[in-house]
Amino acid sequence: MRRAHGRAPLVAEGLFRAAAFACAGFVLVVMAGLFVVLLYRSRLSIDRFGWGFLWSAAWDPVRDNFGAASSIFGTVASTVIAMVIAVPLSLVIALFLVEVAPPRLARPVSYGIELLAGIPSIIYGMWGLFVLAPLMATNVQPAMQKVFGKLPLFAGPPMGIGILTAGLVLALMVLPFITAVVRDVFALVPPVMKEAGYGLGATTWEVTRKVTVGYGMKGIVGGVFLGLGRAIGETMAVTFVIGNDHRIAASLFASGNSIASTLANEFTEASEPVYLSALVELGLILFVVTLVIQVLAQLWLTRLARQAGSTS
Amino acid sequence: MRRRPAWPRKAVDAAVKVASALAAALGLGFLAWILFVVLRHGAAALNWTFLTSLPSAPGGSGGGLGNAILGTALMTLLACVFGVPIGLLAGVYLAEYSRGTRFATTVRFLANVMMGIPSIIIGLFVYAVMVLPSGHFSGWAGGVALALLVLPVVARTTEDMLAMVPNALRESALALGSPHWRATLRILFRASRAGLLTGVLLAVARVSGETAPLLFTALNSPYWPRSLSGPTANLTVTIFNYAMSPYPAWQQAAWGASFIIVVGVLALTVVSRTLTRERK
Repeated sequence: MRRAHGRAPLVAEGLFRAAAFACAGFVLVVMAGLFVVLLYRSRLSIDRFGWGFLWSAAWDPVRDNFGAASSIFGTVASTVIAMVIAVPLSLVIALFLVEVAPPRLARPVSYGIELLAGIPSIIYGMWGLFVLAPLMATNVQPAMQKVFGKLPLFAGPPMGIGILTAGLVLALMVLPFITAVVRDVFALVPPVMKEAGYGLGATTWEVTRKVTVGYGMKGIVGGVFLGLGRAIGETMAVTFVIGNDHRIAASLFASGNSIASTLANEFTEASEPVYLSALVELGLILFVVTLVIQVLAQLWLTRLARQAGSTS
Repeated sequence: MRRRPAWPRKAVDAAVKVASALAAALGLGFLAWILFVVLRHGAAALNWTFLTSLPSAPGGSGGGLGNAILGTALMTLLACVFGVPIGLLAGVYLAEYSRGTRFATTVRFLANVMMGIPSIIIGLFVYAVMVLPSGHFSGWAGGVALALLVLPVVARTTEDMLAMVPNALRESALALGSPHWRATLRILFRASRAGLLTGVLLAVARVSGETAPLLFTALNSPYWPRSLSGPTANLTVTIFNYAMSPYPAWQQAAWGASFIIVVGVLALTVVSRTLTRERK
């Protein structure tokens, strides 16, 4: 069949295809660009401080002497606290949603937990700063000091803001992400496996501990990795409650800073080129770390999905 | 053989069940607590002036955040204008033109990774490529930073939604002589309309509450956004600045802004979820 337009339809198809290709390729360009641009903009700082930047605790804008250690310490400390709280809690909530609650209850509860993920970071910051931090200062932290006595971990004045409060807020923020993954993993366990356990007379908890968790362990690890990636790069909520102080203290009550909070606080004030470059290098470190975590998590989860697809 | 009594095991089981219910209640309790605090403090700050006028001077009372509301709306719109078409087309390429190829696998993988990159890093990137060369903060840069957050979300949902369209539909359109691009836009997009809309709404919901990518791009401004080529007022950075200020009137205004953000973001989330549910 010949059409009056001649080759026009082919041209349109070619154009559309080329445009779609360009848009897909744009994702690659941005990801490569992120790395190249951050690396380029941190060259001043890299030249000047070398690898020592990673473990130097200095942060002196007046003398142009910078190191990432305090920011890395705060990031790691608050993330560890968050994961220690959020992982077990997520597991138990997922257990409730899949095994314990009747479906009619599980659905709205699940929805509510997912809404926690929809609340913007800055709102967690407002709540953390004006509601949680005062509560920590007047009630929680003094009580902890009373119970644990003179441990250096709980030393210092209870100010409310600090590493511990940042960790708590972070825990709440990553909870819905881990819960969602674990819930899906629990729901994927073949009913036959569980029924075999119940047939032997096991209780719900025994089946969960010995069958479901064993079967879904890999998925749980993937979920934990996703949560970890979120926690490490979380910015605004942490900036509100961590205290923004360049120091490394043994106490959980002490104020500190994270990579993201340092960027949020100081970037627009940085006037010296070296200062700016040091901040960009902090960003580069954060980018590389989250990139590695994300890549591992994605590889892990896609491999799992493929395995699940081939067995079912 | 002696039988172990069953009751300790049953007691442990009951205890775990109760604990799991308590954990779920704890999670919901925090959700309710946060929402309650924001709605109560925020409602006290809201009135007509607050929604329509410029901010007061530092320490002064009265005034509003009309400029920030407008700025946030403009930059979110900009994020959609840039991010949605590119995301849609990228998704189309993955689902329709390169299924199963190594290129598609790589792009899909990197789009997933990109969704997990902290938004402050995206802000840093846009600062380096737009703000530094031009020499000033701008609403355009803010919009672009938000668009980069929208892009991977829309691309991934589009791909997933197109992959769910039955092949028979695709083939019948092609068999009637329709070119692939027209089949995609006219037939496949129509079939997966609700899913695509959900993806876009979720992306917009996520982006409209973002602060970190705007800190170094749009910055903030006490004036009306006359053009997007200068620092542009927005709600989230205003919350940050006001909350950290010592003035009670500004802190109150930060709660008002939080109220608007929470209601807006949650409304978008709930609407998009309802769309998904109806489709199922």
